[in-house]
Amino acid sequence: MSKIYNLKREVEKPVRLTGGHRLCAGCGAGVVVSGVLRALDKEDRAVVVNATSCLEVSTFMYPYTAYMDSYIHSAFENSAATCSGVEAAYNALKRRGKVDGAVKFITFAGDGGTYDIGFQSLSGAMERGHDMVYVCYDNEAYMNTGIQRSSSTPRFAGTTTTPIGSVGQGKKQNKKDLTEILVAHNIPYVAQTAPIGNFKDLHTKAYNAIYTEGPCFLNVLSPCPRGWDYPMAKLAEITKLAVDTCVWPLFEVEEGVWHLSYTPKKKLPVEDFLRPQGRFRHMFQKGNEWMIKEAQQYVDQKWERLLEHTSA
Amino acid sequence: MSNRLSGNEAVAYAMKQMNPDVMGAFPITPSTEIPEYFAQYVADGEVNTEYVTVESEHSSMSVCIAAQAAGARTVSATSSCGLALMYELLYVAASCRLPITLACVNRALSGPININNDHSDSMGARDTGWVQIYAENNQEAYDNFLMAMPIGETPSVRLPVMTCMDGFITSHAVENIELLETDAVRKFIGEYNPENYLLKKENPLAVGPYDVSAYYMEHKVQEAEAMKAAKARILEVAAEFEKISGRSYGLFEEYRMEDAELALVLIGSSAGTAKAAVDKLREDGVKAGLVKIRVFRPFPGKELAQALANTRAVAVMDKSEGFSANGGPLFAETRSALYDLKERPYLIDIVYGLGGRDVKTEDIEKVFGRLADIAVTGEIGPVYTHMGQRSKEDIA
Repeated sequence: MSKIYNLKREVEKPVRLTGGHRLCAGCGAGVVVSGVLRALDKEDRAVVVNATSCLEVSTFMYPYTAYMDSYIHSAFENSAATCSGVEAAYNALKRRGKVDGAVKFITFAGDGGTYDIGFQSLSGAMERGHDMVYVCYDNEAYMNTGIQRSSSTPRFAGTTTTPIGSVGQGKKQNKKDLTEILVAHNIPYVAQTAPIGNFKDLHTKAYNAIYTEGPCFLNVLSPCPRGWDYPMAKLAEITKLAVDTCVWPLFEVEEGVWHLSYTPKKKLPVEDFLRPQGRFRHMFQKGNEWMIKEAQQYVDQKWERLLEHTSA
Repeated sequence: MSNRLSGNEAVAYAMKQMNPDVMGAFPITPSTEIPEYFAQYVADGEVNTEYVTVESEHSSMSVCIAAQAAGARTVSATSSCGLALMYELLYVAASCRLPITLACVNRALSGPININNDHSDSMGARDTGWVQIYAENNQEAYDNFLMAMPIGETPSVRLPVMTCMDGFITSHAVENIELLETDAVRKFIGEYNPENYLLKKENPLAVGPYDVSAYYMEHKVQEAEAMKAAKARILEVAAEFEKISGRSYGLFEEYRMEDAELALVLIGSSAGTAKAAVDKLREDGVKAGLVKIRVFRPFPGKELAQALANTRAVAVMDKSEGFSANGGPLFAETRSALYDLKERPYLIDIVYGLGGRDVKTEDIEKVFGRLADIAVTGEIGPVYTHMGQRSKEDIA
């Protein structure tokens, strides 16, 4: 990769995720996957691994694959173990002179497949130290099955298993801090990113993850128009608001050292992020002001804590 | 060459001779020794396998599926709850047509938790699309494992193969067995050269699609056809194996069945006990015989019906309780196989040995005693019973 990022040059590379897949308009997942795969050097081969997810059912419906690279999906909870199996085969076959050339191993899974059901498999693969990249495209609920809450769903969000009612006010618990849990695995590279602006942050972090030896983890915010309930044209705007409100800060941890990637010029109030989304609609009803207040307090607290890490 | 090995060591030794590309390893009693022995081979540089010590059996099978799809020859070993944890992925392995080889050291399933032998683990996986081959003793455990790859990797089959042996009874007991020379093993299994695989440079491959109803059934029928094709291939491989080992194998073993009137059908190490009982009864003039099922998937229904065609009464002995309220899984298969015979023997099912409950020659003789009564009176009595089952009063 040339030192200076140039979006025009990057998008002129042959695509690795082709158009014609079945993801919804306004979905972040396709943007995230294209963005990550674009960071591969043109001459390098990759094997893409996928957990069962919207992404999987939309990009590899028999007999059509949207991937130009080799691809494997096996089940929901085992994408990290699956990736480690491909990497193990590569090591064995390379040692025996049966494959040559560089091959990169990149896993994509949603937050359900990562924070919840695939968590053990992910933790195991990271601890074993396979040379692989695990990308969580985090859309904050089980979208493929119809918007059920996951441990990544933020507090107060309405989902089909945390509905709003006369007593229920959406999800009761805060979102699990998975990125920090991955940092605690002492792996070479962990980053949190989102597809904003000219995709430089996503691209650079994807490149770092792919070309750093050993297990690397990317947590990428990936809005979902169905689950978050926003007009599909607002994908880029909502993603940017998540970053500028510090709901989803951008940072990376290289060999245990934290770096903040982006500081908003003006830190926007959290309600700017919440307001355009139907899943938070009830928070703006009269009498529910406390919800917005508490959501703001939580974001502030997390942001302060991140600043402590990154300024240390 | 002759050697004294436990069943686990014999299978680990077979793995060493095969030198697979990748092994997924996770401990569970009683199969744990297999990855332990193999780890030592890795540590001593006797194999150059990629040895992946995963965090669960689910991941172990996931690693095997991915590695095999990537173009590697993969093996693993497990027992009981470990196999149950793999359950979802056993189907994935078979439907992706990946000829993985798995040593299943049979142990009872929880609950209650029990570490001893019965066949409930592999019987629970009998419909997953895996070829299943069962061993009576250490020699067979070794031989079956060696034969698994040439069966599974054949293009007309391309299915994963599970070789089963009885936990502790076979896995931990040490017996004299004949080992092949490593060169002979390597020649016998050959190189693994799949047509398509993930790491093939020339042609990227996509594995594990979302399959809609317009295609799913065709894929499942292809899998079913592959299982049918496996039967002939198992016999071919057995014939090739006999040439290098002198040991002969079929879909099942018939023991003193030529003129048998009373017969047992069972699986695994209990065959040794049953053979001793048959010999004793033969001395007393009872025309007793035994059919030991070696291959349970594909099930040799037609062949088994022929083997039992001239008997008068047969007891199927199931070492797992299927909870069908209609007898164990081996009974269901056997009774179904016999349906096409014009004249059928009387048939009963005896579930025995659950959770490692011992079975002795006297127990087997009692079964034959019952068969003799049935043959004379034509009165079957209860079709489906449990051997040695104690009453509440007995236990108190």
